Amino acid sequence: MRPLASSTRSEVPPTRANRSGRVTPVSAIVLATGLLIVAGAVSLVVGNGQIGFDRVGMVLLGGADEYAGDVVAARISRTVMGAVVGAALAVSGVLIQGVTRNPLGEPGLLGVTMGASASVVTATALFGFTGGFASVWVALPGAVLAVAVTYLLGRQSGSESVIPLVLAGAVVSAVLGAYVQAMILVDPTTFDSYRHWVVGSLAGADFDTLRAVLPALLLGVVLAWVCTSGLNSVALGEDVAVALGVPVARVRLGSIAGATLLAAGATAAVGPIAFVGLAVPHLVRALVGADHRAQLPVALVLGAAVLVASDVAARLVAWPQELMVGVVTAFVGAPFLLAAVRRGKVTT
Amino acid sequence: MSEPESEPVTGSVNGSVSQPSLRAERVTVGYGTHVVLSDLSLTLPRGRFTAVIGPNGCGKSTLVRTFARTLLPRSGEVLLDGVPLGRWKPKRIAQRVALLPQSPVVPDGVTVRSLVARGRHPYHSALRQWVPGDQEAIDVSMAATGVTDLAHESLTELSGGQRQRAWIAMVLAQDTDYVLLDEPTSFLDLAHQIDVLHLCQDIRDRGRTVVAVLHDLNQAARYADHVVVMREGQVAASGMPSDVITADLVRDVFSLECEIGPDPQAGTPMVVPLARS
Ligand SMILES: Nc1ncnc2c1ncn2[C@@H]1O[C@H](COP(=O)(O)OP(=O)(O)OP(=O)(O)O)[C@@H](O)[C@H]1O
Ligand SMILES: [Mg+2]
Repeated sequence: MRPLASSTRSEVPPTRANRSGRVTPVSAIVLATGLLIVAGAVSLVVGNGQIGFDRVGMVLLGGADEYAGDVVAARISRTVMGAVVGAALAVSGVLIQGVTRNPLGEPGLLGVTMGASASVVTATALFGFTGGFASVWVALPGAVLAVAVTYLLGRQSGSESVIPLVLAGAVVSAVLGAYVQAMILVDPTTFDSYRHWVVGSLAGADFDTLRAVLPALLLGVVLAWVCTSGLNSVALGEDVAVALGVPVARVRLGSIAGATLLAAGATAAVGPIAFVGLAVPHLVRALVGADHRAQLPVALVLGAAVLVASDVAARLVAWPQELMVGVVTAFVGAPFLLAAVRRGKVTT
Repeated sequence: MSEPESEPVTGSVNGSVSQPSLRAERVTVGYGTHVVLSDLSLTLPRGRFTAVIGPNGCGKSTLVRTFARTLLPRSGEVLLDGVPLGRWKPKRIAQRVALLPQSPVVPDGVTVRSLVARGRHPYHSALRQWVPGDQEAIDVSMAATGVTDLAHESLTELSGGQRQRAWIAMVLAQDTDYVLLDEPTSFLDLAHQIDVLHLCQDIRDRGRTVVAVLHDLNQAARYADHVVVMREGQVAASGMPSDVITADLVRDVFSLECEIGPDPQAGTPMVVPLARS
């Protein structure tokens, strides 16, 4: 090929080999998987119940007493639940930050958390639900409904700006938050059950709950995958995206729907868990850069690892007492997020 | 780029084979209640380097955006190969017409290579996010614009000129017949402006049609082989630079008194503003 004009000019600085210090998506996934395996293994052997490493081994080999078997089964289900919920929240955060181009984006931004809270509170006050399996079927639609309202309020045809959407999310969350406050102030029993629900916990996790939310989560991941490439183009501005043949409105709607299903499913299963959906996407970007196609699988595994690790920490920090994982995530996530910020790698 | 890829595509959506063409037919385009282009018709001459010139706010960006269907006309139609753009699938349009907007959003943390790779989007689907031609199209576009060595640099950390070339590389990777560039030379130093203009000529020489919005009349006259002069949402004149760019036209369109002399290098018209009286 004949050299073109520009390539003859030699003002190109010498390349600093991948100076952004990023890693390839594959090595990021390997890293996160390693973390997940370690955290998962530790998660099976720590916790109260006095079942140590040796007895866990016996259970897994099929030769232990019933008590040990029950304890280990409970640990397995909370570990699996932690991994699934962490993965869902992280991917949800990637989508929300991608679609709103907002570094503070997290699943609650568009009303998921407050939607779930408001419907749980309503159900408790009206029908006397006290958490457990019933709250799954209440929280999930509540969360989805809240985001639907946000979307309808914040949608502006022909407008490139996502600011109306974010503001609508803030309004919806504020109104629902005030409603929740009012309900729990007037009704002490509601308050009592709500305050257990509102700090997410993996302690009572079971596979029935997981099965109940799994369809929503799977659909959310599929939507996420379908939208990632479009999100990459939308990040270049609406004009460029349209010129690349991207259906911008559909990509936005699909991403929001996916993020909502993931976060709503996660919140319905274990209650609100803060920070994972905010911090993990930042860590993922610091690791693999701005390509959403690379971010998605890394977020999936890293989110799982972070939440399982947080749950292990929740069982250890106040030993022999247990804390709820929703209290601990910020403590576990903060150092990583801070490290990423300090290294100047946090971008939107 | 590679020879087979630069072959003009001659099929059209409904199967009838016709010569590739892109033209606007009596389009009226605006924003809200504000009409910018009214009843404008224009054919982009194939295989040429067309410069669009005109004063600020006359509708140049609106025109190129209409050709790329990032703006929809209220009435009239843009026809690609004789078929209205509305009847094409968006991705098929994007395989034929590329647009670099006037001020594209520069996302944080995106590397040059990753930006250029996004130009391949029209060839992908949800299940197929990579096609065999990608690698070559990306490499060739980066080489053509001289950004190969910047592949792993972050776009936000480049100079304006380097960044502009990265954007042009993205548009080239789209591998389209029509390449529309809205003010590709703005904010560049003179040497880089000339670089980009040479690049436009090179793209044309590879069989593509280039349309660039330019502000410098002398550059338009010298480097382009067709000029479209716009005034208040209308085409005031179009044709060969030497036919179109006259002292009368410049007075009419830009309200500037000038003298036209030959460019000492190329003999093309050169606008020299009169001294203030
Ligand atoms: N997004 C928009 N919303 C509303 N009005 C717009 C918008 N973009 C452009 N306009 C208006 O349309 C008219 C033409 O704008 P356009 O951007 O096409 O001009 P232009 O010839 O490209 O100008 P310039 O040389 O300054 O880039 C202007 O009056 C402008 O105010
Ligand atoms: Mg313009």
